[in-house]
This record gives sequence, structure tokens and C-alpha cells, in this order.
Amino acid sequence: MFTETAFIRKKRRNELMAKCFFGFMAAAMVIPLFLIVGHIVIQGWPALSWEFLTENPRSGGAKGGIWAAIVGTIYIVFFSLAISAPIGVLAAVYLNEYARESWFTRVVNLAVINLAGVPSIVHGLFGVAAFVYFANFNDAKKSIIAAALTLAVMTLPVIITSTKEALAAVPRQFREACWNVGATRWQTIWRIVLPNSISGILTGVILQVSRTAGETAPVMLTGVATYKMLDSTGLFLYNPIKDQCMALSMHLYYIATQAINIPKATPYAIATVLIGVVLIVNAAAITFRVYLRSRKKW
Amino acid sequence: MTSNSGHKIEVQDLRTFYAGKEVHHGISFHIEPNEIFAIIGPAQSGKTTLLRAINRTLEFTPGSKMTGTIKVDGEDVKKVRDVYGLRRKIGMVAPLPVGLPLTIYDNVAFAPRSSGIKDKKFLDAHVEKCLRQSALWDEVKDRLDSLGTKLSGGQQQRLTIARALSHQPEILCLDEFSIAIDPVTTMRIEDVLKELKKEMTIILVTNLVQQARRLAARTMFLWNGDIIELDTNEVMFSDTPKDKRTYDYVNGIFG
Repeated sequence: MFTETAFIRKKRRNELMAKCFFGFMAAAMVIPLFLIVGHIVIQGWPALSWEFLTENPRSGGAKGGIWAAIVGTIYIVFFSLAISAPIGVLAAVYLNEYARESWFTRVVNLAVINLAGVPSIVHGLFGVAAFVYFANFNDAKKSIIAAALTLAVMTLPVIITSTKEALAAVPRQFREACWNVGATRWQTIWRIVLPNSISGILTGVILQVSRTAGETAPVMLTGVATYKMLDSTGLFLYNPIKDQCMALSMHLYYIATQAINIPKATPYAIATVLIGVVLIVNAAAITFRVYLRSRKKW
Repeated sequence: MTSNSGHKIEVQDLRTFYAGKEVHHGISFHIEPNEIFAIIGPAQSGKTTLLRAINRTLEFTPGSKMTGTIKVDGEDVKKVRDVYGLRRKIGMVAPLPVGLPLTIYDNVAFAPRSSGIKDKKFLDAHVEKCLRQSALWDEVKDRLDSLGTKLSGGQQQRLTIARALSHQPEILCLDEFSIAIDPVTTMRIEDVLKELKKEMTIILVTNLVQQARRLAARTMFLWNGDIIELDTNEVMFSDTPKDKRTYDYVNGIFG
């Protein structure tokens, strides 16, 4: 009754081949990650030390550490996300919850899509014009705030898009149920929509941490110096308005291509720290997100 | 409150549109206080849209429009300034139960809280009253802190009814409330409705012709956006309603 015909054998062989092929592609995805991270960490390991993390660079980066660059990257990431996350989330709430289809929303959505496609160096040039010279925070010189604003403009469209998607994932029946009992749009958003989309919103914001930390071109033009000593005693190490800062991405570029007499391990060590900083921030955020999702209620 | 004719709801020459397509072609009828008014008719005949026009949630659908007048207690809903108050006056129960992603307690307390009530004692008593009215209290009284979304379908539908009652509506609209629940629960809710009739006006949209027959005093047969017939149940469900189509639909030989 259930005898195996040639057709069935062929079907089973195809099934097996398809499964292996797709599985191999999925596995191939992991290989570059391990190669990149492994290579960088192994190469950089000799140079990594507590002093490397906590001391200022000396002798043009050949000696000393990268403390100033670590702090600078944290400053830039913090300020740019502190600007872009609230604006992006609020804009997305407006677009998804309040706005009706009109020429205005079409223009905004078009702007969001196109802004996301602008290369980062162009954002850098815009930042020079808009935030270094026009806004003029620091007598036409680069400053942390100018770099943060430039990166904020760059990350804004992505945050808006991901937030909109997170909001749209909340079923529409929930909103209608709220409207039916006489709740305003704001009450509906605050009590139902935001609590149930916050983990998705956070994911979008978290992804921008690594992007802001990694960008080189825009910050190089707007706020990052090649070399800046840091008096490592104070709590507020940089003045965001009046200071330029170092940044890991820029430091890596400089050490790897411009500086002389650099130990071979140093650039790899910087890369390791850059990856490490991003991973730590992501891990913290993901933990928080898992906690929020465990409270998700449908 | 103008020109109160004594009707709870008065609909005059109502036309509704979705994206330019007309749903209702100028219908007029009225609903009396404390009656159970049934609306029957096949899918796509405009039953749900009618309810959404009454509590003005139709306007949440982009491209929708309505002309003509709907008066609730003599007041034109289009001219109502406190639209949230209007929606609170009308309890709405959707076809599929929607437990908000909140606890059972918060589901029922949502509406009173939205209108600014914070008094814990009042809310406690009110939540209990609404859950009792919807015949759910005995099953959930020990777990008011658990999630409303975790209840079974029939329980969630009763939770939805409790929520619809929680803002003390004068009109209760039920949109095919029994399609997702079993016959036993349906009968329990029908008993609840007979009780509630003393306190409020009930509009019952239903696909179950026999349900309309059991519960309502008057039934309206809506088809493709027109009223085919509207009369007392004695006439509608007799062997000789005015329109042949009513007889056919009620007896399942439509089409």
C-alpha cells in the first residue's frame, strides 16, 4: 500500500537537498562573524591591558592608552541618541497614531525614506554647515554637540521607521476597544499602545548605538579631534558644547593609517574595545528588553 | 437636548461612505428607550457601519463619510461637542472578543479611569458590579489580577461586555456577540441582556435570526444598505411579513 515509487524517492531526495542547502547558507552566515571577531581579538590581545583602557595616548598614539577615545565615543553616542530617540519616537507616534493620509504625511514619509539613504559623509558635510558654522556652538570650531546633532539627524529616519513598525504591530482592535469606551487617542496611546510596543521601539533605538559608535566620517568633520588629552579626574570629563573629543572610530582610523611607529597589536586592540563597548551597551539594552517583553500581555 | 421626541435614537436619511462607495442609501428609523432592537441581514449590508456611525467611531476609518442625521436623545451626534461623552453613553461589543492587554480588573476599570475616576473604593465596587452584570464575576473574582487576554473566548466576550457596561451606557450595542462563543454561554448572555433591558436600550446586530426572534421586540432587516423591512417581531417572523424577501431570509431560503 505504502510502497516507495521512483517519484517518491525523487521527492525525498529533493527535500533532503533543499534542507541541506538552506542549512548551509544559514551556517555560512555565522562564519564571517567568528572570523572577524576572532581575528581582531587574537591580534589585539597582546596590547590589551588595564592601562590601555584607562590612560591617555602618548607619543602620537604609539604608547599609552585610549581612555579619551572611549569617553569621547560614549559622549557622542549618549548625546546623539538623547536627541534622536525622543524626537524620532514622538514623530513616529504622530505619523502612526494621529496623522491621516494627506500630502503632509506623504512628504514626511518621503523625507524619512530619502534621509535614510543619504551617505554618511554627506551628513558630515551638512553637519559642518548646519551645526559647526550656522548654529555656531563653539566659535565655528568643531564640538561634541555638533557631532552628536549630525549623528542624530542621521539616525532619526531609522528610528522613526522602526518605531512606526513597532507601533503598527499593536493590533488595531485594541485601539478601537479603547475608543469605543470613550478614551481619547492620547489615553489609548499611553495606556495600551506604548506599553505594548516599547520593546520593539527599544530594539530600533539599540541598533543605532552601534551605528553611531562606528561612524567615522561625519564625526571627523564635526566634532572629533585626532588627539586630545583628558584630565581623568573629573566626573564630567568633556564639555559637550565647547570641547572636541576623541572617538574610538576616528582613533582607529588614525592609528591604522596615519600614525607612525605603532605596535602591530594596537589597532586591533582599539577595534576590540569598540566592539566591546557596543556589545556591552547592546547586552544591557537587550536584557532590559527581555524584561519588558516578559511583561507583554498578549 | 433639543426637540426630544422620546426616541432614544433617531436616524434620518443616513448615507455612509467608505472611500466614495456608498454603504447606506438613505435609511431612516428610530429606536425606543428600553427596547431590544435587532438588526439582521447578510454580510456587507452595513450593520457594523451603522453602529460605528452612531458612536462616531466611523470617523477613525480614513476616507469614511456620513450624511443625514443621527440623533441620540434628540441630540445630533455630528454636533456633539463631547464626543467622548457620546461614546461613553453607548456601550459597544465587537464580534470577536477583545481583551485589552491588561489585567481583568484594569480591563473593566479602563473606561472609568479614562473619564478621570481614581477613587479606589468606587472602582472596586464598580468592577464587581459590571462583572456580575456580565455573568463573569463568579469565574474570575479570585484572579482579578491575571491577564484579561488569558481568559477563554467566551469569558473574554463577557469581559468585553463588562467593559462596555463599565462606563454606564444608556445604549448597549452588540455586534454579533455570539459568533465566537458556545451556545451555553450565549444563552447565559442572552439572559443577562433580558435583565439589562430594564436599565438600557439594546441594539442587537446578529446573524442568528432565531436570536433576534428570542430577544428583540422589533427587528430591522438590512440588506445592501437598505431597510427591507422594519416591524415588530410578531410581523417579521410571521408567515406574512410585508416583504417576501423578509420571509425568505428569516426562513433560510434567501438568494
